[in-house]
This record gives sequence, structure tokens and C-alpha cells, in this order.
Amino acid sequence: MTAWLHQHRAALGRALRRLLQTPFVTLLSLLVIGIALTLPATGYVLLSGLGEVSRNVSGSPQISVFMAVDASRKEVAEIEGRLRRAAPDAWRFVPKEDALKRLQASEGMAEIVAALPRNPLPDAFVVEPANAAPEALEVLRKELAGWPKVAHVQLDSAWVKRLDAFLRLGRLALWVLAGIFSVGLVAATFNIIRLQVMAQAAEIEVARMIGATDAFIRRPFYYYGTLQGALGGLLGAAFAAGIVALLRGPAGELAALYGGSFALPGPDGGVVAALAGAGALLGWIGARLSVGLSLRRID
Amino acid sequence: MIVASDLGKRYPGGFEALAGVSFTIEAGRMVFITGHSGAGKTTLIKLVASIERPTAGSLVVNGQNLAALRRSVIPYVRRHIGMVFQDQKLLFDRNALDNVLLPLQITGLGRRESVRRAQAALDKVGLLARAKAMPVALSGGEQQRLAIARAVVNRPALLVADEPTGNLDADSADEVLELFAEFNRVGVTVILATHEPRRIERYRPQLLVLDHGRLAA
Repeated sequence: MTAWLHQHRAALGRALRRLLQTPFVTLLSLLVIGIALTLPATGYVLLSGLGEVSRNVSGSPQISVFMAVDASRKEVAEIEGRLRRAAPDAWRFVPKEDALKRLQASEGMAEIVAALPRNPLPDAFVVEPANAAPEALEVLRKELAGWPKVAHVQLDSAWVKRLDAFLRLGRLALWVLAGIFSVGLVAATFNIIRLQVMAQAAEIEVARMIGATDAFIRRPFYYYGTLQGALGGLLGAAFAAGIVALLRGPAGELAALYGGSFALPGPDGGVVAALAGAGALLGWIGARLSVGLSLRRID
Repeated sequence: MIVASDLGKRYPGGFEALAGVSFTIEAGRMVFITGHSGAGKTTLIKLVASIERPTAGSLVVNGQNLAALRRSVIPYVRRHIGMVFQDQKLLFDRNALDNVLLPLQITGLGRRESVRRAQAALDKVGLLARAKAMPVALSGGEQQRLAIARAVVNRPALLVADEPTGNLDADSADEVLELFAEFNRVGVTVILATHEPRRIERYRPQLLVLDHGRLAA
């Protein structure tokens, strides 16, 4: 047991020494792995940021019911009565005068509104349905649209659904991307380790002849691949954090233009750990494949 | 300690390096394997050190038949045999001490105890002062002594060497031979292959003379 521990510590030490002995090669390898992981990592962070937005908004889908412009007070009251009977979660009436005032308050609109001969806006109701399921919303929308003097019914959650579909597509693309880059990472590690085995052919040969087991010979390479992958993963996380930080300003401005606020979060501890873990796992796989094949050639 | 019976080694391609070789070596003997170049000395040394496997007969070393070993056991058998190679096989990317440490790393001995034993082995071959020297900085005789230190650091009961004096001048060769004799005096069985059996009579060795892969005497 102690011997086993000593051997593992020695193998880890040898792997670290090999990483440090050739700092330039190590740096280049880490860059390759880091860059391979950056794209999926950045994509993941961006998509989960957007997903957060859609989750916050889709919590309260709204239906806007616009009356015909020429609808009378009585006809509006009729709809109000029907809404009360339909008993949605909440609803409020937006008189056309209020809508006009709000429009006037918008930047650059005051003059345009002042120039209008009469109020072009209709009365409207904003309804928050009790049942937020997409199918139920659709049923309600159709029903509302059929009521008298209702000109238009707008399902405000439509863009959320579109965003959601976009996010789902994005996530799928991300997984495909991550899969491709994972294969690339394994291949890169494979090649790096193969060169290492070749460079140490003399040591391997001697060690074998004086009683080294296969495990003893393989171990440092496994540690090397795993360490390299983990460090590459951390580098990828750092790159992703940098990219997200660069995008945060413009994304905030864009959100402000749409009248919202949107703080893009960087990769959190879980994402960093997952990247390091994925890098380590892929590095280990690459090392395993490579050592198996390369040693067979030396035999 | 070592019993060979009808031992044979045929290499892929059909070359028969050894055939019908039988001998017994008692523990604690000093044995020279001699013969012309290509007689099979190196092959016999490699078989005894379990670096290669016999293709015929049996070779029992320390009670284990090397002809019938499972592949997974071979590393552990090798650890009990000190091997000095014809070309020494030193690692030139590390100093003398680290070369001697390699067998102890393989067995998984702790660092402090390993260094202590490696220094003792270097001291025994007269190289303790050069522990930090890189192998290229050592003379031919010193390199051979370093290879011996690496072979004995695990304290094997059997020490095997292939042409250990082959490339050395007469004085260095005598030093190296004397070193093997010293290990033999403290009970280590020593088997040396040499194609120039000069000045070996004084060790009163057991002689195995090979001729074209067969035992001549």
C-alpha cells in the first residue's frame, strides 16, 4: 500500500516535472486544449445567460386585447364584464388616453403625438391568464379574439417561445460543437503523449529491463495527460470569462435599447470545475489510447 | 540456484542462438560464460536475466522456471536479478544518483530510504563523490561502475553482466572485475559473459564455454 502510494506520488511528480521542463511546449499544448474548450464554454455561458432572461419573462405571459378604435364605452364595459366572468389571474384596463400619454412620454414621440388630429390608439386590456401553458394560452387567445368589437389579440409570450426555440437549437448546436472539440482534444493529447513516449523510449526500455511493470511506465503519462487536460480546461474557462466580459458592455447596451436590463454572468464555479473535469477526463482518454498504442510499437 | 536443462532459444526467422544447453550453478559461485563472438553468450545472459524467454527446455532461477512465467510476473522476477548491460544503458538525461535511484522508484521505495541506499551503492563502487555528475562526464570505467551500482542497489542475490569489461582499458577492466569479485565474496552469485577470458583464473570461476550455441565445456 505504501509502495503503491509512493509510486503514484512519484508518477505525479514526474508528470509535473515533464510539464515544467518544457514550458514552451507545455504552453502551446495548453493553448490548443484551452482554445478547443473556449468555444463550447463561451457558448454555454451565453446560452445560460439568455435562458435566464427567458425564464424570468416567461413566468408571466400576458395577452393584450385591443378594442376596435371606434368601440364605445358600453362595448368596452361588455368586454370587461366578460373578462370578470372568465376570471383570469389578473387583468387591467388601459384606456386609450393613458396609452396616448405613455406614448407621449416616450423619447421623440411627443411632437409626433402632438401633431396627430385625434387619438389613434384603441382601448386595451392586459390579461394575465391563470393557465400559462402554451396550448391554454392559444385557446384563450382564440376565444378573446371572437368577442365583439375586439380588433386584435396579441400573445406577448410569442417572442419568449421563439427565444426558447432558439435556445434549444443553440444548445443542440453547442453539444455537437462540444462533441467535435472533445474528439479534437483527445486527438491532440494522443499526439502530444505519443511524442513524449518516443522521447522517453530509452528510459522506458531500461525501466522495463530492470523490472518496471506496465503500470509503472504508463502512470506518468496518464498523469501528464490528465493534468494537461485539467490545466487546459482552466485556461478555456479563463478565455470564456474574458470573452463574456468583453461582450457584457455591448450586451447591456443592446438590452437597454430594448428597454430592459441584462447582466451577462461569467462562468461560475460549477462551469470552471466542469471544464477542468472535462479536460482532465478527455486528456486521460487521449493518454490512455496513445500510451497503449505507442508502447506496443516499442515492445 | 540456477538449473538449465536442454535450454534452447530460437529467434523469429529461424536463427538458433542456443540449443541443448544444460548446466547447474550453485548459489554464491562466480561464473564466466566465454566463447567466440556470436556463440550465444548474450542470449544466455538475457535468458538468465529473464529479458528474453527460452523457446525450448527449462531454466530455473531461484526456484522459478523462467520458461513458464506469465508475462505479468516477469517484472517482479527481474527485480531480484541485478543486470549490467553490454552498452550499460545509462540514462543520460539525469545524474549518477538518479540513475541508481531508478530501480528503487520502480519498486516504490520511499524517497529518503531510496537516496540512502543509492548513495551506499555509489559508495560501494567508488562513485559517491560523483553522485551529482551526469553520465557523459564520467569515464568509460566510471560509467561501467555506475551501471553496476544500479544493478546492485536492490541487493539482488544474483548479478548478471554482459561483457562488462568489453570497452575498457586493462586497468579499468581489472577494477571492474575486482568489483564483481567483491560482491561475490559477500555471497552474491555473479555470472559474467566475456569473449576475452584473460586474468580470470585467479577468481577460480565456474566456466561455461559456448560454441555456436552449444555448451563446449
